[in-house]
Order: sequence, then C-alpha cells, then structure tokens
Amino acid sequence: MLRKSQKFASLLVLLAAVGLATSSIASGHGDEKHDNSRVPLPKHSITKGDKCVEPTEVMRKSHMEFILHHRDKTVHQGIRTKQHSLKNCVNCHADPETKSVLGKDGFCESCHTYAAVSIDCFSCHTDKANASKQTMRPIDAIGQKVIAITGGEK
Amino acid sequence: MSVSRRDFMAMGAAATAGAAIAPGIRLIELAQAKSPEEAVTAAQRWGLLIDTNKCNKGCTSCVDACHTENGIDHEQLKGSDATKPQWIRKVEVKDPNTGYEHSLPVMCQHCQEPPCVDVCPTGASFKRADGIVLVDRHICIGCRYCMMACPYKARSFEHEDITGQKEYAPRGKGTVESCTMCVHKVDRGDGTTACAEACAKEGHNAILFGDLNDPKSEIAQTVRSKATRRIREDLNLDNSVRYIGI
Repeated sequence: MLRKSQKFASLLVLLAAVGLATSSIASGHGDEKHDNSRVPLPKHSITKGDKCVEPTEVMRKSHMEFILHHRDKTVHQGIRTKQHSLKNCVNCHADPETKSVLGKDGFCESCHTYAAVSIDCFSCHTDKANASKQTMRPIDAIGQKVIAITGGEK
Repeated sequence: MSVSRRDFMAMGAAATAGAAIAPGIRLIELAQAKSPEEAVTAAQRWGLLIDTNKCNKGCTSCVDACHTENGIDHEQLKGSDATKPQWIRKVEVKDPNTGYEHSLPVMCQHCQEPPCVDVCPTGASFKRADGIVLVDRHICIGCRYCMMACPYKARSFEHEDITGQKEYAPRGKGTVESCTMCVHKVDRGDGTTACAEACAKEGHNAILFGDLNDPKSEIAQTVRSKATRRIREDLNLDNSVRYIGI
C-alpha cells in the first residue's frame, strides 16, 4: 500500500513521461528535417502537377474540412466543381502503379496510418483514379458551336 | 446539412429573376447550360414517363443498364437474393378479369411529398431542389425507416462490403440506397438516364426522361396530351415518375 506522498510522486513522474513523449512526437510530426528520427515518416511520391489546389501547409492541416464542405454542396445542391472534390484528389494523388490512394505507400493511407487516423471515405468512394472512363460530358449543341468557331483549340 | 437560409433566399431570387426577365425560353437555356458551380434550383423538376405498352415482358435492359452505370454487382454479394440491392426492377402484372398481362419497370418514384424524407431521423433522406429524392450516405445511419415508409419498395439496404464502385456513384455497407435518377448524368447535362438510354437502344423507347417544368420538353408535352397515371395515386405523394397504360 502506497502512502499519499508516494502516490503523488509517482503521478508526477507519469505525467512528466507522458509530456515528454507527446512533445517528441509533436516535434517530429510531418517535418522533413527530422528524417533521421526514430519514428518512420510516411513516404509518398507526388507525380502529377506542380501544385495542389491549395498551399501544401493548408492542405495538410485542413484537407478534411475542404472535402467535408464540398461533399455537402455536391450531394445537396448539385455543385460539382473540381477544386475540392474527392474525385479530383484521387485522380491526382493516386499511385501511378496501383492507381490507388490506399496501400502501404498510397498517398492517403501512408499518412493516415502514421497519424493513426482512420479514413472513412473509401468504404463508399472508390480509391482508384479514373475508375470509370466516362467522366467527360458528351459534346452538346453549345459545344459543337464552340468547336466550329475555335477549331477545337482551348 | 440542409440548405442555408441565405442560399435558399439566393436560389429563390435567382429563379424569380430568371422567370421575370424572359419567361420560358430563358429558363430552358439555363437548364441546359448549368455550370458545375451552380446549385440546382426548383426551376427544373426532373421526371420519368414510362409507357408500359412499349415495355417488353422479359426484357431487363433497363435493370442491367442501371447496374452497370451505378456499379451494382450482384455476383460480388454473398447474401440471399432478397437482400441484394434493387434500384429498379421489372414488375409483371395481370388483370385477373381480362387476362391482360404487362410488365413495367418500378424504381424510386421521386415523390414531391416523400414519406422516406418524413421519417428519416437524421435528415439523410432528402429531396433536392429539382425534385430528385436522394440519400446522403454521409449522414445515413442505416436505420431503414425509409425502407419501411416507402410504398414502392424502392429502397435497398447495403448489407455487405462493396468494392469497385464507380467514382460518381459511391456506395457502401450500412447505408440505404435507391435510384438517384442518374443524378450524376443529370448534373453533367446528359439529359437522360441509364435506363432510358438502354430502353431507347433496345428500340422500345418506353422510358422518357425530362424536365416536367419545361413546357417545351417532350415529357411535359406528352403528360399534357396523354392520360398518365402514377402508382398509388391515392397516397397523394405527387410522384415525378408517371406511367401510361396502367
């Protein structure tokens, strides 16, 4: 049976240990300078495009908010802009070999595994880029006119 | 989750402005050229007209096309046939007095007074401004009240894990799903649904898709000139799917 003072002391030690552990994790998180850290950093290659739809730092912190906001607009109001759409994320960030954002080195999964945050998106949404090739809208009457005027150039 | 008050006011203002500046034609032009950043409005009301006289018994091309379009693969599922998702099914009916038999496709009837929306405890079941009834599976908890409330047996519960979804038709275990009137095609401006397309390809032309609010559309002109009926009209649900020959 521990005495009161002993109990207090052990609690302090425990708190200090927890604090130390979290601070070391926090300093290593997502920082390329800490490549020699004992904590393995998520590795993924970005093959497509020069930059993301928002600055990298903003995306790292707030990508889930962009997707959440966009999903409600898409489902309820039929707004289907590309900028913050999940489909666009997947199409750009999918591994060129596996064509997926999941898997050990997949863009989404590697980071989420590292941060121990589960992703719900892909229990319903496909994780594959260009899962269907019929994404282009067929050329309508307006489109035909535009092609006739411009000769099909952008 | 729901449309904010400000958005709602803006939508109403936009619809009124469109109607006031140049009634009729202007609205049609807007309907065809909805850009991706525009929200859907009540200016359109999408509907289907099914001519059961043209629908062939035994033909399932609309059902097959729906499955292909929306990535529904019954082979992938292990459960019994009774629990497999059916967004559209063929129903065979017979008049016992005359012996007259015919078959018709039945899908979500996209009611304007939808019982599924009334009973949904989370607001997942909702009606879009343009009349399409959908399930927001982000907030569906899979309670299946809507399945019990639907008089048309139009909704299915997804019992199993699904892979190989189409990118425009996300589907997953633990949520309820039903005919979306090919909402991705509607928003893209295809002006048709997978079932209507397949039916026309077979040469039957039994399914007609269009905007019931557009007086110049084929569907609006047909419902104005021919006698059409809705299934269970006595319920006064104001369905967007109408039938000829039942």
